[in-house]
Amino acid sequence: MLLIDCPWCGPRDEAEFRCGGEGHIARPDPDTADDATWAAYLFDRDNVKGLGFERWHHRHGCGRWFNVARDTVTHEIRAIYAMTDPKPTGGA
Amino acid sequence: MSGFRLPQGGRIDRTRPLAFRYGGRSYAGFAGDTLASALIANGVSVVGRSFKYHRPRGIFAAGPEEPNAIVQLGARPNLKATQVALVDGLEAGPVNCWPGAGFDVGAAAGLLKRFLPAGFYYKTFMWPGWRWWEPMIRRAAGLGRVDPEAAMPDGQRRSLHCDVLVVGGGPAGIAAALAAGAEGARVVLVEQDPQLGGALLAADGAVIDAMPADTWLAAAIATLEARPDTRVLRATVAFGVYDHGLVAAVERERIVWKIRARHTVLATGAIERPIAFENDDLPGVMLAGAARTYLLRWAAAAGRRLLLFANNDDAYRTALAWTSRGLPVAAVVDPRRSPDGPLAEELRAAGVPITAGAVVERALGRRGVTGAVIRHATGGRTKAACDVLAVSGGRDPAVNLFVQGGGTLAWDAAVAAFVPAAGGQGMPAGAAAGAFALGRALADGHAAGAAAANVAAGTVPYAEDDVATPLQPTWYSGRDQSRCWVDRASDVTVADVVLAARESYVSVEHYKRYTTSGMSPDQGKSSAVVALALLGAATGRQPADVGTTRFRAPWDPVPLAALIGQDRGPQLRPVLHLPTHDRHAALGAMIEEYGGWMRPAAYPQGAESLDAAVFREAAAVRAGVGLFDASPLGKIEVRGPDAARFLDRMYVQRLSTLKPGRLRYAVAATEHGIVFDDGVVARLAEDRFLVGTTSGGAGRVFDAFEEWLQCEWVDLAVFVTPVTHQWGVVNVAGPEARALIAAAGTDIDLASAAFPHMTFREGTVAGIPARVSRVSFTGELSYEIAVPARRTAALWDALAAAGPMVPFGVEALMTLRIEKGYIHVGADTDGTTYPADCGFADAVARRNDDFVGRRSMRRPDALRGGRLQLVGLLPEAADATLHAGAHVVAAGGGSDGHVSSACRSPAMGRTIALAMVRDGRARMGEAVTVDDLGKTVAARIVAPVFFDPEGTRLR
Ligand SMILES: [Zn+2]
Repeated sequence: MLLIDCPWCGPRDEAEFRCGGEGHIARPDPDTADDATWAAYLFDRDNVKGLGFERWHHRHGCGRWFNVARDTVTHEIRAIYAMTDPKPTGGA
Repeated sequence: MSGFRLPQGGRIDRTRPLAFRYGGRSYAGFAGDTLASALIANGVSVVGRSFKYHRPRGIFAAGPEEPNAIVQLGARPNLKATQVALVDGLEAGPVNCWPGAGFDVGAAAGLLKRFLPAGFYYKTFMWPGWRWWEPMIRRAAGLGRVDPEAAMPDGQRRSLHCDVLVVGGGPAGIAAALAAGAEGARVVLVEQDPQLGGALLAADGAVIDAMPADTWLAAAIATLEARPDTRVLRATVAFGVYDHGLVAAVERERIVWKIRARHTVLATGAIERPIAFENDDLPGVMLAGAARTYLLRWAAAAGRRLLLFANNDDAYRTALAWTSRGLPVAAVVDPRRSPDGPLAEELRAAGVPITAGAVVERALGRRGVTGAVIRHATGGRTKAACDVLAVSGGRDPAVNLFVQGGGTLAWDAAVAAFVPAAGGQGMPAGAAAGAFALGRALADGHAAGAAAANVAAGTVPYAEDDVATPLQPTWYSGRDQSRCWVDRASDVTVADVVLAARESYVSVEHYKRYTTSGMSPDQGKSSAVVALALLGAATGRQPADVGTTRFRAPWDPVPLAALIGQDRGPQLRPVLHLPTHDRHAALGAMIEEYGGWMRPAAYPQGAESLDAAVFREAAAVRAGVGLFDASPLGKIEVRGPDAARFLDRMYVQRLSTLKPGRLRYAVAATEHGIVFDDGVVARLAEDRFLVGTTSGGAGRVFDAFEEWLQCEWVDLAVFVTPVTHQWGVVNVAGPEARALIAAAGTDIDLASAAFPHMTFREGTVAGIPARVSRVSFTGELSYEIAVPARRTAALWDALAAAGPMVPFGVEALMTLRIEKGYIHVGADTDGTTYPADCGFADAVARRNDDFVGRRSMRRPDALRGGRLQLVGLLPEAADATLHAGAHVVAAGGGSDGHVSSACRSPAMGRTIALAMVRDGRARMGEAVTVDDLGKTVAARIVAPVFFDPEGTRLR
């Protein structure tokens, strides 16, 4: 049961949140994307072991979405950042 | 064994005698007793029968590791007698014997023992199948009875937050809590026992900080309880460690605590393990520490004459306690060649013979131990008489919670046990970290507590530790392996371990499942390390290389009632009630749950059947006028300069072209192109829309709006507000709808020219401010009157009093919409339905700009032939019954689709259905066969609009 530090509300129990799956998935241009590109956007996920990037929603709190960099093995949360921020690099 | 109560001593209240019954007999105990200590004090030696062989069993341990005394307490099965606090009038009994523990018919299974080796179930019951054998085996074995009639005990879930959580209230845990809270940190101390003290509760003559341990303990408890920010939870078992410092604990088997701590100290102590010898499951054989604990804590002697078999100094304390109370000790049998040190000296001084370099090979006796065969270093054997045989093979740190929290273990040869090595969320301290001696445990606990709270070290509680002769690892000392028990609770012997190894179950995880070792209520707490050491010996490996099985929560069984807490009955999932709920109840409505709302299914009159009521109500709407509470329809306000642009992207139908004051029906899809929801959208102003959703979809549509706005189109200036519960809605439907509203009184011009279909007006109805929409899910002239939720009942009353009308329920509404071929998302559509499959191909084609799911509607799967498409189905027989889910049978067998909605239609005078049929639109007029619950129904494929296809009644 994670303790997630909502940027708006502070640390809250995981039960208040909803995980929206992998983050930073760019929506291809629907008019030019071929079937394979579009299918990759819909279905392909990295499912990493180790540092992964997800988006979470404070469903039973402030209602805001944000990004979480989480180690999927240790569950250590390395960074929490805005939806519009780029993937943290290096020491993140 | 002939246990008895000492005339004095013990932590029991002799002024408060308690009467209890066990296995149908009456006994007496004292306040402070556990069921186990009271049974020992009453001389009850056989407390139950073993799981597989029904051998007589006595109490073996004094804590949660008890494998034998598994009892039924009223309606509650499988409790350990060592954890049941004695209360007056308590009624308990063994779980696993019939007719009683003393005489047991199942003991005959013991005679068949050689036919029941490990893996017996897997090997023997292959034919004719496990299910055939299972009832017989369950009846013979069984572990307690569940009474399905018994009321579930009350449970609760609560949360706690703290800086430092200390698990375990023994010397190390108390030292940790004292240090951690010294400067005001929020500390929680949980102890599974009703009393704090741990090993100190059965320590003879221990001295801490130059005072008797009891005095120190009382002062320490007083200090802790005086601290405003320290909380002590007794009788509370921490059973699980989860991510980010979450620890779950259960208090008095009733309250589940979710404790979120910044730091956790695991002072969980250690559990003594036995050495396996022949007939070591006889009543009277018990762990040395348990025999000492019963004697000192509860003044309950497990027998008259003690024989101690131990490979370590600490167990000597049991013999010392015994002899100091004037009870005879037959001998101390120790496999070590030359045990010496202060404890050995004390024993010798007390006249207790120490038989060094020797082992107990076999316990003697039939229904209880009467003596033992001792095998000496020379190979010679002697016999000794005893009625309690205490055994100790060393101690294993209770590392379960530490490993659950991610910690790793290492084999420590000095104590021959797995000890915490690295990692993990919790800081192990004291015996849990392998620091068994009192002085070390206190210092270790103190250091851990200070570190967890990040405070200065302060004064360390001091106790002098005896110099000890190292333990000599000893796992097994019998000859006949099939008579040496490893796991008493699961009836696993050394022979079973060896057999499993011979059959290549060399992984400890496989071994465990093959032999069922460690899978009983005690979870192998005292037997696991013995088992893995023996498995190692049988496969030429060291224990370190065998490793342990995976430790998982719960550390000890947790009552389901506590986990469930208040989530049951009406609180399991709260339901919503209509603002007019009372009106429907008064009308005799049959109320059912639809998507979380309690709504009238129909209003049967007198003895009328549900079916007949639905039919009557639907017919009445088409003939006159009906009233329906439509408040659950989802309502979401969308406003902002980009509101129109946003809704264009969220719906298949374009909404930016909608004029203020008008309504438009719209279908939403997921990004995968699948039908997601539908509803009617009102444009209130240029920058303001009221989006209607299905009753069940209000939450997920709002979530989807927010997700797209926050995660993808962050540039759009739009606010989204759910307002479903702010508005009550009464639907007035039928040719007389206009007349009824007029009679109720309104300032809105209801004439079609002034107020056409798919528009809305604002004004008053029956004097209540209202937004009235001309929208229809019935195919009739229809008005949805939305008023502030609290005034819905007043509106309903005014309309009901304004003229003849018929209240209609959800089922009649379904009949009316099926007659019109209006889809019901989630009934006629499923997770594979694209808008084009259910009649919206033109709407999709009309759009040349992007919306959610549009690109997916051009994926090969959406465009392929053979898709299921919405059609109507007319059974040949007008009165045929059809149910949703019935299959349209394909020409070559198999399914060609399914009925998605069906009803008996008053307007058509026959049964009609909507169906999703393979390539259905190209098969109009085709005769098909439908398999309805095994019944064959002949039907014809038709267009999915049965009634008034021109829509003349709407206008
Ligand atoms: Zn928040």
